[in-house]
Amino acid sequence: MNNGIVVVVLAAGVSYGTPLLFASLGELLAERAGVLNLGVEGMMLVGAVLGFWSVQRVGGPTALVLAVGIAVAALAGAAMAAIHAFLTITLRASQIISGLALTLFAGAAGLSSYLGDDLGLGGSPAKHQFNDVNAFGLQKLAIVGPIVFGQPILVYVAWGCVVAIWFYLSRTRVGLNLRAVGESPAAADAMGINVTAYRYAHVLAGGAFAGIAGASFSLSLTPQWVGGGALTNGAGWIAIALVIFAFWRPELCLVGACFFGALQALPPNLQARHELSSVPSDVFNALPYVMTVVVLVLVSTGFAKRRLGAPAALGVPYVREER
Amino acid sequence: MRIERRLRRPRWLAVAVPIGSVVVALGVAAIVLVATGHSAGHTYRRLFEAAFTETGALTNTFISATPLLFTGLAAAAAFRMQLFNIGAEGQLYCGAITSAVFALWIGGHSTPLLIVAMIAAGSAAGAAWALVPGVLRAFFRTNEIITSLMLNYVAGWLLNYLIFDSLSYLRDTSSLEARTFPQGKILPDAASWPTVSFNPGQTTIVPLGFLIAAGVAALLWGLYRHTRFGFELHVIGDSPRAARYAGMRTRRKILAVMALSGAIAGLGGASQNGDFRHQLDARGLQQSFYGYTGIVVAALARYNPFAVVLVAFLLGGLQNAGYTLQGADFPSGLVGVIQGIILFCVLGGELLLRYRVTFPALRRRPAPPATAPEAAP
Repeated sequence: MNNGIVVVVLAAGVSYGTPLLFASLGELLAERAGVLNLGVEGMMLVGAVLGFWSVQRVGGPTALVLAVGIAVAALAGAAMAAIHAFLTITLRASQIISGLALTLFAGAAGLSSYLGDDLGLGGSPAKHQFNDVNAFGLQKLAIVGPIVFGQPILVYVAWGCVVAIWFYLSRTRVGLNLRAVGESPAAADAMGINVTAYRYAHVLAGGAFAGIAGASFSLSLTPQWVGGGALTNGAGWIAIALVIFAFWRPELCLVGACFFGALQALPPNLQARHELSSVPSDVFNALPYVMTVVVLVLVSTGFAKRRLGAPAALGVPYVREER
Repeated sequence: MRIERRLRRPRWLAVAVPIGSVVVALGVAAIVLVATGHSAGHTYRRLFEAAFTETGALTNTFISATPLLFTGLAAAAAFRMQLFNIGAEGQLYCGAITSAVFALWIGGHSTPLLIVAMIAAGSAAGAAWALVPGVLRAFFRTNEIITSLMLNYVAGWLLNYLIFDSLSYLRDTSSLEARTFPQGKILPDAASWPTVSFNPGQTTIVPLGFLIAAGVAALLWGLYRHTRFGFELHVIGDSPRAARYAGMRTRRKILAVMALSGAIAGLGGASQNGDFRHQLDARGLQQSFYGYTGIVVAALARYNPFAVVLVAFLLGGLQNAGYTLQGADFPSGLVGVIQGIILFCVLGGELLLRYRVTFPALRRRPAPPATAPEAAP
């Protein structure tokens, strides 16, 4: 029963959804602070390439090496986000253009490919990678076993982050301050909250999450480095869309990530089983992107029109003298 | 440090700031090069030679600049209205697909007829593809950034399907070799667009596509600068609320501008077929990132069509040099890195256009003013 196509696709969907989840949680943090960062794809790719590089270079036990890889990926992502933060928060540049510039600078035809080429990373598999664990020995359990208990460790880390961010946003004072910064920076400023510091911190944290998301591609899902953006293939953009579907709430990001993960897991699994082979595989490959558009249209109409949860100051630079 | 809004914007700043930004960018890029173990001076000299001065370099620069000019104009046309169409990539693919279909279909007729047909087919397909996010934005207020980008990937899979995964009309199935290594059908000779050559020291060939794109730039300038349509979309872009109070029809403008932007990108796809590739080159188009680089071009040109021509030419030179020199010394992403850094610096530099940066703490000190650092322009 655990080999049925539905269970296999759902189980693969959870792990394919993990980079989407990490990236969308990071974007959520930045957007809650009022900064839209369209550079997710670029930050992911730089995280992926540098995380992969450190795993190839560092020696030691697997767990330690992978931890170093994730840490390096997070730092790399945060470093990329720092450019965006400096341009948009300090220099008051347009968030949209700066984010696009970040994706172009860091992404498929930029820094990530440059580093991958220059460090000679292509062509070889990762020396260490995240393997599926058997949590509580329940992997063999019918249906839920492979979906919930038989995933790589990063999946559980991501779930932990969902809970932590939910708690942070809704149950802590700092989280409340953060929401104030995103909703009304002028009011937050008047309360004595340092708007600039909050924005910097959360844009950097968002970058770190995006870097980890990239590393979960290059160290877990497809443990290798491929230049030219083929590794993430637009996952960063789907993650940005996910934040909108999730109405800026972390728990809904989890649901959306699993859904889009399953869509991405569909084509390779169908191909491996020679099912639905009368339908061209490209139709399935295009499905996640088409569905992103469809869901985006759905949430921008009807009951969602009130823009539940969208931070009011999203995309607006805060200038104390001009408020 | 204090940052205050400029009340008057001196004219010389509009020239000095971009130039200064590019100089700073080249400095930063040099640091990146040195940090990764390359010689910055040598790299820059080789890039300049390969882009502009070597034999045949200018011809190749025009070839690289042509698609960037189309996609740059496409982005500039939409971005000016704060309509962020980043789907020029997919719109260009669609233009390439339909113009290839028409070129194969009309086949043996005269070249002028084929050129007109390819231009019409390419721009119609680009416009249609761009109207999808346009309609969604106009009627459902769906974020056009994400939808237009997602459609790039969809168009990419459409290309893959037509050439790699099916025996479509566009795929070459005439020989065993072509069936094993899929590629597009070669277009008829009459579908090759003519070129213009001139001789500034060395024979330089300018493709017809570049001239068409330059014409489009002039038309776009006229349309945006001297018509009511252009005025209205400037107002909508700068202040949607004011536009609504003035009774401007925002929805129609969104549709028109998206269609216009898509048509220009689709025209770029037709030019790829007619000028350079002479077949539907599914892999080559997807590896070139023309649509995305077009955004850099438009942003650097600050959405001014004539500046787009200049910037596209310069970045075309950079790209051409990147292709020529690619190898151990020139990693593949280098050109993208340099472009990105230039864009960052120009974006950051715009602060100096809009604001005045002063250092009151330094100025108040009783030290002689000659040594006190002045506000850097």
